[in-house]
Amino acid sequence: MPDVTEPATEAAPASDPRADDGDTTRRSSRVGRWWWVVGLVIVALVVVVFAPLASSDPDGLERVAEDNGFIAQAQNVVGGLLGDYAIPGIGDPTVSTVLSGLLGVAILLGVVFLLGRVLARRKA
Amino acid sequence: MSLLSVASAPVAGGVAPAMHAPDRFLTVPIALLFWVISAAVIGLAVRRTNRELDEKMVPLMGVMAAFIFAAQMFNFQVVGGTSGHLLGGVLAAVLLGPWAATLVMASVIAVQALVFSDGGLVVMGANIFNMGIIGTLGGYAIYRFVAGVLGGEERARIPAAGIAGWISVVLGSISLALMLAASGTSPLEVVLPSMVTVHAFIGVGEALITAAALAFIAATRPDLLDLRPDRAAAAATRAAQGAAGSAAPSAA
Repeated sequence: MPDVTEPATEAAPASDPRADDGDTTRRSSRVGRWWWVVGLVIVALVVVVFAPLASSDPDGLERVAEDNGFIAQAQNVVGGLLGDYAIPGIGDPTVSTVLSGLLGVAILLGVVFLLGRVLARRKA
Repeated sequence: MSLLSVASAPVAGGVAPAMHAPDRFLTVPIALLFWVISAAVIGLAVRRTNRELDEKMVPLMGVMAAFIFAAQMFNFQVVGGTSGHLLGGVLAAVLLGPWAATLVMASVIAVQALVFSDGGLVVMGANIFNMGIIGTLGGYAIYRFVAGVLGGEERARIPAAGIAGWISVVLGSISLALMLAASGTSPLEVVLPSMVTVHAFIGVGEALITAAALAFIAATRPDLLDLRPDRAAAAATRAAQGAAGSAAPSAA
């Protein structure tokens, strides 16, 4: 976390909201343009540090379903590839969770980035 | 954990997070109805995003999708042996605008269901509606309203987003409770109060994480708060007016 905030505060004074297009502004710090790397580091930290610490207590909907007797209906018609955020063949649940989390992060980053690129470029 | 325990599709008692309904919680007609509604909203979101999206916002869309997916894996503890996690629709909408945020949330929920069996495929439309659209379109409208009441977005961004985040979680839980009741899964007088009570607590977590994320961005990279299409347009106008003397930014 410290190396996340430090360069960013350095960038802050220069970041006139309109001036971030970068190249022409004299203090366009390199950190400024690499913010998304910092963002992905934070995302990776969430997966590596927080996801394994997730509470295994029933969540809101599961709690209500248990209390009101319909949890037995908690079934999906088709199972996903990596149900319960576990990778088959990896015994250690933490490693399995973290790897599947990183995989999900990579998939979403790619899918949404490509979707955004297409929508931003091909103006109908 | 036995190997291949994942091969079993049922997720009962597993770690399926907070508001992701499994398929058999809803009847097929209800599930189809919300597939139609969500598909229509997504179609609208594609058109609107296509019209207004600037390429500069695309990396933020990707990072937000990744962050929301990651954050949704972290179930935090609330009262009474119950857990919950971030939904993120309001956070995404404050940064990206309601339409691009809708696409981000739909993508997250689709990947969770398709790849991780988290939320059913038949009920995916309902899950996108409850956890995505209510937060991105509804939550964003609430955010703008609350920010206006509190003295404008610049001054009240963080409290307004927190309040809208809390309300969006409670609204999502009400919506799901209505779907469950309409499906005959549980009587409304039972499922509505219990869903709302639990999610009133989970919503506090939503509010805190939403507020903290925006406070962090505001403190470190406030320019990212101006990528949202309406704010980018306003900033471009200001720049055009104020750029008479100095070197004009090359913003198109």
